[in-house]
Amino acid sequence: MGNVSLVDVSKQFTLRIDAGVHTVQALRNVNFTIRDGEIAVLIGPSGCGKTTALRVAMGLETASYGQVRVDGKQVHGCGHDRGMVFQHAELLPWLSALQNVMFGLEMKGMRGSALRETAMRYLDLVGLKDSANRRPHQLSGGMKQRVGIARALAIDPAVLLMDEPFGALDAQTREALQAELLDIHTKTKKTIVFVTHDLDEAVLLADRVIVMRDGAVQEIIDVPLPRPRGDLGVIRGMTEFAETRYRIWQALHQGSGAAH
Amino acid sequence: MSELARHDTSVGDSNPGGAAVERAPRAPVPSWLITVGTVLCAIGLWEIFGRDVNPVFGSYPSAIAVAGWEIALNGTLGSAMLESIQPFIVGYLISILVGVPLGLVLGRFRVMEAALGIFVTGGYAMPLVALVPLLVLWLGLGFWVKVAVIFLMCVFPIAINTWLGVKVVPKTLIEVGRAFVASDTVILRRIVLPATLPYIMAGLRLAVGRGVVAMVIAEFFTAISGLGGIIINAANNFDTARMFVPIVILMVLATLLNSLVGVIERKVAPWQVEIASRD
Repeated sequence: MGNVSLVDVSKQFTLRIDAGVHTVQALRNVNFTIRDGEIAVLIGPSGCGKTTALRVAMGLETASYGQVRVDGKQVHGCGHDRGMVFQHAELLPWLSALQNVMFGLEMKGMRGSALRETAMRYLDLVGLKDSANRRPHQLSGGMKQRVGIARALAIDPAVLLMDEPFGALDAQTREALQAELLDIHTKTKKTIVFVTHDLDEAVLLADRVIVMRDGAVQEIIDVPLPRPRGDLGVIRGMTEFAETRYRIWQALHQGSGAAH
Repeated sequence: MSELARHDTSVGDSNPGGAAVERAPRAPVPSWLITVGTVLCAIGLWEIFGRDVNPVFGSYPSAIAVAGWEIALNGTLGSAMLESIQPFIVGYLISILVGVPLGLVLGRFRVMEAALGIFVTGGYAMPLVALVPLLVLWLGLGFWVKVAVIFLMCVFPIAINTWLGVKVVPKTLIEVGRAFVASDTVILRRIVLPATLPYIMAGLRLAVGRGVVAMVIAEFFTAISGLGGIIINAANNFDTARMFVPIVILMVLATLLNSLVGVIERKVAPWQVEIASRD
């Protein structure tokens, strides 16, 4: 099982700029349900609230109003039912790749020989078995993010939450990781919520794309592409890919005043 | 280092016109050799110009060495060093045991920072010399008053450095702990403490120097004893060369302790050295 919903979530931030106190409405009455086993992508321009929505779902931010539900039950704060993949991997620099994966498992209470074995299995899943003893600064950007994914997956969460995880990678590494994520999804059937501002990435990965603007859900668009997606080069050539991409592009530019 | 050197040569090789052949890749001069060079120069200059000074007003390295040899032979130096080192070690260790947890708590918990931070910043600037007579009234003239002076001098830089280190731990690393549902104590011990280690080590280094100064102050103002005692007695007899012996020894000692802390730092926080770059 693994569905996650935001129910009527609003979120205000207070900012102190010079002498004045400003209230920023980051989320306005956001409602969506991510279904079991699907990949949902949150997309929108920067400042649209997509990352805030993900952080509220994770429990790193508390909603000013509304609820977060995982498998129908309201949750407060962070939990092992959700696994977070951070934007810049955020591995602990004093731990090896293996120890970083083990860290999450230890926090879940795992001890003994199962700890190392489980961590190793997930490193293997992301193709880093041979780099288990390297520390983060000895890993490339793509490898770091693979460890980040392994760390989040290892605790076997109901939902995997990913905050622009490939945003800082070069184009080729990015494409490789997109294919790998789809592969992992096929193997593990995890529910994934994925934040990006990249149109292509959204269409390639998603079952549904949630377009956000000004802290609200503007439109939810189904992606009519087959699963498993297989060769992403083939997917890119399909007319459905181009059509869906165009629909999302339109949604992103609707009401924005100036279409860039 | 070697990678940098290789990079240099490859740039040279790609230089058209064969200029690269003339320029042999030059190994950089090791840092320790540069240090040894400057120290030898300083000693040499001091030796040359120091000889012209009236021996009451100044001294020079060879005279200091002779004076040092004398008090080493008659045993004064050894027992004085032993007398000085013991309170230093005890005071220094207590200040680590108090300063590091204090700094962690100050940096991590807003209420503690608001309640106690002001005492730590104030304590750092405390004119300790003025307070030594008072400490003598409380603790007598023996071992523990020296420990107290050294502790008071060392604990604040350690606490302040730790405190500042905690403040600059990236928020995202703390969030990793929170996302995996780590308790506050686990976050403090397994994320904040290791992330702060480089700052703590810097604090320990600063404290070495201050601790040595504190040790001498304590020996001046309490029972005249130890290395500080030698300084006072020699100064009172206008034996300037002998006065310089403990001074030089203390400087050497502090330098050695400093590099020892550096070695420990590379042991406990090797990632920091590897991440940090210097161009």
